[in-house]
Amino acid sequence: MSTLISPKGLQWFAALTKQCQSISTPIDSVRIADGELGAHSCRFLLVTANPQAHFPRARRGEVGLQEGIALAEAINDVIEQDAHSDSKRTLVAIVDTPSQAYGRREEAMGIHQALAASVSAYARARQAGHPVIALLVGKAMSGAFLAHGYQADRILTLANDAVMVHAMGKAAAARITMRTEDELDVLAQSVPPMAYDLKSYASLGLVDTMLELSPASSDSDVNEAPGELDTSLVEQALRTTQADILKQPRGLSRRLHGQNRQASLRVRQMLAEQWNAGA
Amino acid sequence: MSTQMQPQTTAATGFTDLSARDRVRSLLDPGTMHELLTPFDRLTSPWLEKQGVVPQFDDGVVIARGKINGQNTLVAAIEGSFQGGSLGEVGGAKIAGALELAIEENRNGNPTSAVLVLETGGVRLQEANLGLAAIADIQSAIVELRAMQPVVAVITGPVGCFGGMSISAGLCSYLIMTREGRLGLNGPQVIEQEAGVNEYDSRDRGLIWGLTGGEQRFQCGLIDQLVSGSVGDTRSAVVQCLASGVPAVHPSEAWLQHKDALQAIDMDQPMTPSYARQILQQGDDQ
Amino acid sequence: METLHIQLPATPQPLQRALVGQVGSGDLEVMIEPNPGSDTLDIHIQTSVSGAEVRWRQLLQQIANTRSLPAMRMDIHDFAATPGVVRLRLEQAIEQASGQQHHSGQQHHSEQEQ
Repeated sequence: MSTLISPKGLQWFAALTKQCQSISTPIDSVRIADGELGAHSCRFLLVTANPQAHFPRARRGEVGLQEGIALAEAINDVIEQDAHSDSKRTLVAIVDTPSQAYGRREEAMGIHQALAASVSAYARARQAGHPVIALLVGKAMSGAFLAHGYQADRILTLANDAVMVHAMGKAAAARITMRTEDELDVLAQSVPPMAYDLKSYASLGLVDTMLELSPASSDSDVNEAPGELDTSLVEQALRTTQADILKQPRGLSRRLHGQNRQASLRVRQMLAEQWNAGA
Repeated sequence: MSTQMQPQTTAATGFTDLSARDRVRSLLDPGTMHELLTPFDRLTSPWLEKQGVVPQFDDGVVIARGKINGQNTLVAAIEGSFQGGSLGEVGGAKIAGALELAIEENRNGNPTSAVLVLETGGVRLQEANLGLAAIADIQSAIVELRAMQPVVAVITGPVGCFGGMSISAGLCSYLIMTREGRLGLNGPQVIEQEAGVNEYDSRDRGLIWGLTGGEQRFQCGLIDQLVSGSVGDTRSAVVQCLASGVPAVHPSEAWLQHKDALQAIDMDQPMTPSYARQILQQGDDQ
Repeated sequence: METLHIQLPATPQPLQRALVGQVGSGDLEVMIEPNPGSDTLDIHIQTSVSGAEVRWRQLLQQIANTRSLPAMRMDIHDFAATPGVVRLRLEQAIEQASGQQHHSGQQHHSEQEQ
């Protein structure tokens, strides 16, 4: 499956961490930088392509065994360092990852456990009081998104076609459901959770803010780095989101109010009634 | 709730042979099972019928409160025979919501642990993004609950435990597998499709069981207990894990010890079950 | 998927609710709920097999010919079960709903495996 390697993650990471201190990691596919977001300390995290990666199936920006470890370590360090501080550093996950790594070595070594390490780290950070923000600038697919971004307090997305959230790539989904990609799109019009477009995804209630960039950068010229205007717009959105997180109760329950996610709330309401009735 | 017959389950019955509902019942102390959101609530998937797929009244997920060895426990089970044990919006919300209630119960001073019986292919493709979102909710809840009381994963059945739910299993305090169970992130067909048949031949059952089966996962230290698959053995393993309390280090953090061993993997050497054991046993403290 | 609604004359009779089977390959789920005051067997079927209405009517009529059917609401979720499996599940569900199995005093419904 030769898909183009997306430069978006690295471009946004570079733009947003200009004033930050780069933190060394054991592998080049995970980039970490520390800086400030408003008056608050902040750590940026990115998984990106590394054509020289030790594991051949994790060279195009996939979250693999070593990426799971590197993310977990970078987050666990923050949790530990801030354990006795009142001010918990913000984590910003910049997301542009095509998938988890698919490979025999990965399965043999227990890649599920590597991804569990980073999920655990993000979840514990949020639960310990660290504001966690996911910034989607490209693909956020399946297990890769679970491992890097989906545990965030808030999900911000750029409002452009490069951003895609899904459980399975379109080509693979078409093969498995024995439909053409066009047929999938038609079906998705009546089944929003199946759709690949951002608007349908937002209708599930999972996106907090969609960021409209300047017209010049919203076209699909993937090679163009974000301009100053767009960068400051995103920075401003991150600061606003951080402030919002710090003054509200934490948890993922704010995701339960989407127009097309009503059953998730209904299930919880009924469960709560029956839970107490059975006590 | 109606009063009906008890299935003829004995300690020797195969745990794997039972439906999700009977698996839940077989783990709980007799007479303590209180099922929540039963099939009679008719909370089916709002998405399957739109796609011409026959729904199931419990959406393939069974949730019950009850007691194991006298202790309050939430048990959730995924039915592997309905849509490949896939998680959609309703089934996913049942598990996440129940775990969230168990967290609340602990906060209110009533210790409540959890057992997840997982036979699942992961996200239900027909509900894609809502399945994925539900799994993120489940994972958050597992991490929060396991700090208070043990959360035990039981992996069993012909479907195995794959996709996002394999990550959920990896977040639990303890993992139990039956011998014929399989545990992995990506299903064999998906890997073959994405990476080619030379990388992973999904028809090579020996290879697949050799790499992801219960025995191998146990030898690699990726699970805590390997059980024969009888109801009696499975229940004893669950009881033992629950009695061990919250572990000092959870599997999701313990696995990080393999960092150096992974970097040392020889990419010219084919990845066989024995090579996998050799690598993952290096970092073992024992 | 096809949705069918079939009604048959039936005898009022005390029933409890019951559930058997799974919507798994070659199997079906049958749910029974009492329908107090009614004298019909009200059957709602969702099946993965298209064009099977005649077959369902015949099968249900055959069962009705061999035994007196209780009035109730019956829901069927069929995943391409053979007539033999359908017959077995229907019998199981009706037996369970009629309380013909021994009671355990448990607060649950359960399914009898084949």
